[in-house]
Amino acid sequence: MDFSFVLGQSITQALGVTAIIYCLAAMGLNLQFGYTGLLNFGQVAFAAIGAYSIGVVVISFGASLWAAIPIGLLASVALALVLGIPTLRLRADYLAIVTIATSEIIRLLVRSIALRDTFGGANGINGKMGQAFHDLNPFHADIDLPFLTWTRQDLWVVTVGWTLIAIFTLATWLLVRSPWGRVVKGIREDENAVVSLGKNAYVYKMQALILGGLLGTVGGMVWAVAKQSVQPDNFVPDVTFFSYTILLLGGAARVFGPIVGAIIFWFLLVFVGEFLNQMIEAGWITFLLPTDVGPIRFILVGLGLMGLMIFRPQGIFGDKRELALDAR
Amino acid sequence: MAFAPSAAAAGTAIVGTLKGPDGSALVNVSLTAAAEGFTETVVSGSDGAFRIEVPKGGTYQLTVDAATLPTGITFSKAADQDRSILVLGGEKKVLFTFASGADGGTATTSSFTWARISQLLVDGLFFGILIALGAVGLNLIFGTTGLTNFSHGELLTLGAFTAVVLNELGLNLIIAAPIAVALSAILWGWGQNRILWKPLRRRKTGLIASMVVTIGLAITIRYALLLFFGGSPRSYQQFAGQSGLEFGPVSIPPKSIVFAILAAIAIAATVFWLQRSRIGKATRAVSDNPALASATGIDVERVISVVWILGAGLAAFAGIYLGSTQDVTWNMGQRLLLVMFAAVTLGGLGTIYGAIVGALVVGMFVQLSTLFIPTEMKTVGALFLMIIILLVRPQGILGRRERVG
Repeated sequence: MDFSFVLGQSITQALGVTAIIYCLAAMGLNLQFGYTGLLNFGQVAFAAIGAYSIGVVVISFGASLWAAIPIGLLASVALALVLGIPTLRLRADYLAIVTIATSEIIRLLVRSIALRDTFGGANGINGKMGQAFHDLNPFHADIDLPFLTWTRQDLWVVTVGWTLIAIFTLATWLLVRSPWGRVVKGIREDENAVVSLGKNAYVYKMQALILGGLLGTVGGMVWAVAKQSVQPDNFVPDVTFFSYTILLLGGAARVFGPIVGAIIFWFLLVFVGEFLNQMIEAGWITFLLPTDVGPIRFILVGLGLMGLMIFRPQGIFGDKRELALDAR
Repeated sequence: MAFAPSAAAAGTAIVGTLKGPDGSALVNVSLTAAAEGFTETVVSGSDGAFRIEVPKGGTYQLTVDAATLPTGITFSKAADQDRSILVLGGEKKVLFTFASGADGGTATTSSFTWARISQLLVDGLFFGILIALGAVGLNLIFGTTGLTNFSHGELLTLGAFTAVVLNELGLNLIIAAPIAVALSAILWGWGQNRILWKPLRRRKTGLIASMVVTIGLAITIRYALLLFFGGSPRSYQQFAGQSGLEFGPVSIPPKSIVFAILAAIAIAATVFWLQRSRIGKATRAVSDNPALASATGIDVERVISVVWILGAGLAAFAGIYLGSTQDVTWNMGQRLLLVMFAAVTLGGLGTIYGAIVGALVVGMFVQLSTLFIPTEMKTVGALFLMIIILLVRPQGILGRRERVG
């Protein structure tokens, strides 16, 4: 059994492209759920908008990647408005139901045969949609450290990805300690109190929904650029719930929560998976098949999400006084 | 565990007859049915008839090779060329309408045949009753505890798998089904409430936190089922490949008729129970105002236990029906969850009549919408309808006019 391989894989993945994508999605949820108390169960829809806007604009319409990014961001704002207008005046569960439903609507639409020419049906869109970005790559060689192996392309994506996360984290920090941040936290704790102080809670909630959605969309764009392929079945509701688990793991309403959460989450997930795989290969575990490892990892995620929400809703590094959910 | 296609499913097939706009048979047209791990191509015979044997019920992609159509013949509905077909076991009749190329535009209306509309109405009614079984439980639990249960779909799946286990132990489905419903009600309903939700209520876990917990529970249950039962679809050993009975233009398998009647009785009994029995009245009182109900001496916890038992039992019933008409898979309930939510939101969260009306409307709407949109997108229609309803009437069709904000 190759323990250093297991560890190397886990570290590479914990800092890798997937962790970056989920970290961005969780940062969006942090603004929406952590700070404002909005239960967005359709964050994956925003990621899908980001990924598909790049795939469609670059591959299906042959336009530039740099045109695709603003188009995707505009589409993301439009989606947030469509989701928010009917639901943000209603109870929290309506937003949850409508967002998860919308994420499935979008997935079913892009995988439909009728729209195959634009969205590629179940096969999705494949092609060099991130080429314009990879052309700027300043790195000339792959990286192969003892516990860290990335190709030249991944190294470039990872560098830019973590830089983006650093910028957005700084922006989040500035935002939540501003008057705007105090109002949205007030909405989370007691919406009526905020309304009675003359604030338009609806507008603030909408702004949080839009900003959080934009972060998810950037995550989707990183996905499309890094993997050069977008497929509808990558954007299932479970992606949203993985992001929730990451947020709660790191600590909701904590600026660094999503970063810490994403690194720990992907380290543990890959570690458990690779460790079990190696044990099965080495013949130490005989009652499991290699195909059982996937479901076991998901079961752990599910149990983790339940356990965190029940016992430490503020997350591992969160502050219980900060997050008193469910004032209503 | 390997999946062995049961011999009873041998009669399962997609059938139909291809006729041109003038009624003449379309010969030697190539049709392909495909699903995961299955592809079969046939050509239509001298009478225009085709028959594609499929291994079991499920969703198949049926495509027609347009190049093999006689010259001058086109589809009246372009979507007919490539559509997904839901085979419920037995023979699934597929209707095609063709136009002659010149006047394809005017012939579009011919796909609205009475035969097709009446079949869709019947399918919609049956689908609606199925959704209602799930939606009633969902709404009862919401009404009494305020919990929006995102793991309700898994109650359907658990019920269906409980019946699979009993069925594979050698019990005929007729015996296994009621036992599975009772077992599910106790294990997955009462047990779940007892182990998870009662302690959480005592801890005063908020509703938003509880909703996230239901998500975690749904993921856990789904992948535990995948781990223990594998990803291949299962089917029950009895009634797998029943041919439909013909009622004029409408074809229905007998098991669907039996089920629909039993389901309607179950729903009617639930309504009657809520209206007349002591505990039913107590349930409505708790739905109305838990604190007041508690103050008048109603044992709220007991009411909630009963509601969980009832909800899980009804959901298991729905799961077993879904499993016997299609197949039993680890994510079958999840796929129905959003349709149930659409029904509940449409009718009004927390109202029992709302759930029933909403389910029937959604069932009909989903089926009839296939007249206008591709079959694969029918769920989209239902979810879209739900969002529109929220815009214009957030409390739902039968919801109380209270502030839901």
